[in-house]
Amino acid sequence: MLYFIYDNTFEGLLTCVFDAFYRREFPQKIVGKDIVVPLFTESFEVITDEVKSERVLAALRKKISPSALRMLFVDYLSEIEGIEIVIFHYIQKAVTAKQSIELNFADADVLELSKVYKKVAREEERVRQFVRFQKTADDIYFAVIEPIHNVLLLTADFFKNRYADQQWIVYDTRRKYGLFYNLNTVETVCFDNLDISPSGNINPEKLAESELAFRDLWKDYLKAITIRERINLKLQRQFMPVRFWKYLTEKN
Amino acid sequence: MDSKIFDKLKILAEAAKFDVSCASSGTTRDNPGKSIGSTSGWGICHSFTEDGRCVSLLKIMLTNCCIYDCAYCANRKSNDIRRTTFSVSELVELTIEFYRRNYIEGLFLSSGIVRNADYTMERMVRVAKDLRTVHNYNGYIHLKSIPGTSRELIVEAGLYADRLSCNIEMPSEESLRLVAPDKNYQSVYTPMQYIQQGFLQGKEDRKKYRHAPRFAPAGQSTQMIIGGSPDNDMKILSLSDALYQRPAMKRVYYSGYIPVNTYDARLPALNAPPLVRENRLYQADWLMRFYHFKVDEIVNDAHPNLELDIDPKLSWALRHPEAFPVNINTADYEMILRVPGIGVKSAKLIVTSRRYGQLTSGHLQKMGVVMKRARFFISCNELAVSTVHETGTEYVRKALTAIPKKKKKKTDDGQLVIDFGVGG
Repeated sequence: MLYFIYDNTFEGLLTCVFDAFYRREFPQKIVGKDIVVPLFTESFEVITDEVKSERVLAALRKKISPSALRMLFVDYLSEIEGIEIVIFHYIQKAVTAKQSIELNFADADVLELSKVYKKVAREEERVRQFVRFQKTADDIYFAVIEPIHNVLLLTADFFKNRYADQQWIVYDTRRKYGLFYNLNTVETVCFDNLDISPSGNINPEKLAESELAFRDLWKDYLKAITIRERINLKLQRQFMPVRFWKYLTEKN
Repeated sequence: MDSKIFDKLKILAEAAKFDVSCASSGTTRDNPGKSIGSTSGWGICHSFTEDGRCVSLLKIMLTNCCIYDCAYCANRKSNDIRRTTFSVSELVELTIEFYRRNYIEGLFLSSGIVRNADYTMERMVRVAKDLRTVHNYNGYIHLKSIPGTSRELIVEAGLYADRLSCNIEMPSEESLRLVAPDKNYQSVYTPMQYIQQGFLQGKEDRKKYRHAPRFAPAGQSTQMIIGGSPDNDMKILSLSDALYQRPAMKRVYYSGYIPVNTYDARLPALNAPPLVRENRLYQADWLMRFYHFKVDEIVNDAHPNLELDIDPKLSWALRHPEAFPVNINTADYEMILRVPGIGVKSAKLIVTSRRYGQLTSGHLQKMGVVMKRARFFISCNELAVSTVHETGTEYVRKALTAIPKKKKKKTDDGQLVIDFGVGG
């Protein structure tokens, strides 16, 4: 067994491809630095190199479309265990094949990556759906969310475009970073000690004046709009997974 | 904030809840500068209520006062309920503040009829106009057009709204006349006609002038009540088919009848809303819109009603076994779409991947085809399996409608249980 160890960056993953072809040694698994490699396995630590990753990208651009390339990046963001080696195989096949492989869904790797892509895209959409901003006293709209895939970056343009005239922060509590829009650009921010309740609420003293009233109005609205003759809790959970309820205004 | 707002919101949301439409799709509008809001092509559902319906738009009425007396409506004038009205500024503020918190995707405004149709419509248009011009709001707006509104107001509404709708309410004119003596098809079709003309005119103008204003870019929709009248499914689906032939008509919604005025004998007394029938009608609607089915293939004189225990696609397949088995490696896309268990997504995957090589049932399973259904209707150059021809349609029907037995939970409490054959 040969393991490649990389630094969890996308460039690192591309460097793995370069090194494998250069050394003519192909890994069985690619794992992040934080993973302990099992006993009796050979391992090789890949050192991320921008020149090498750029060369892999250039080779890929000749073989696959920009949308397929974007798909690879989105798949990497899924952070699913073992996704690295699938991406590796895909790239391997893509650069060696005579014709583009991207539509051959009978190939296990192509199908797998397109399925993972859908999962991540779905999660991205859920962030757009279930983010709930709370307005703070200093006019920043603040929201916390805990997506299973690392999709925050993918939503940046959407929120920037939609809420162009208000300052906002979307914070990922699982990965401990967030996006901050300062009316001009979106930046990533990290807070060392975030002062929020377990359900994601900011200390009421720091909230804008009418914030709590709007929260109550929203809850009242949802109650009033429900048709009691048609209650279907299972359907509700299907569309709005319980893992998001923790931070939803209407559910706490 | 005024505490009256809370009451008004509750009453007027409650009054609007039977409107089914909540779509926020069909338009893309980027935020041009530094203002609020954008509309994305697919629409986003921000929450789901306990009845499992999505909340995308702030669905609300401007007022629940009404001069009409429709039997199916909770807001009819003969009902003794609390009446209230939003002022334009209250509603605009509520929309903007909800929007800024990512609670909603936009506004869906409807209204009871006060004085006359034009008076009501004018005030609804004012809300939309305020949002767009005063607050530079680019989110979604869906306006209901009141039956009998004049052309000028519809034209103005179309400039601010993304979608306009006019509910047809009942699947036939007789039924509508019976339950809503103040309405007739004429009063519904006229605004529909205006919307359609405006929509086409707007498209035409934009071909000539790139910056011509868009007219209700997401088109129009309508809604009818199911199970509140004796009309059969053929009547309903033919009507929707005819409506879909109109260029601006994007969606027809079906709403299972819920008795709100139980004292009114003109409407049937139902124990529960006809949810299964509603579901089957939506499935049939999807077949017409996305699966290239014609309405007379789904329902016709021999089969005027949809079967409740199987979906309309399977129903068609069982009535037409001669069309199967479909060879997934050679058949047309349209034919693959007709296989029960294969949806639009898997059908597209199949036709793109088969260029690279033969597909087997193993591939299909991985692509997401429901083999439990599809296996009776396909062949894929493999060893012969029993298709619908070998088993007969009755067997397939039984196999697919059988309710799977629930596995009994194994209980092991460390005690030997001896069955003495005593009942219990």
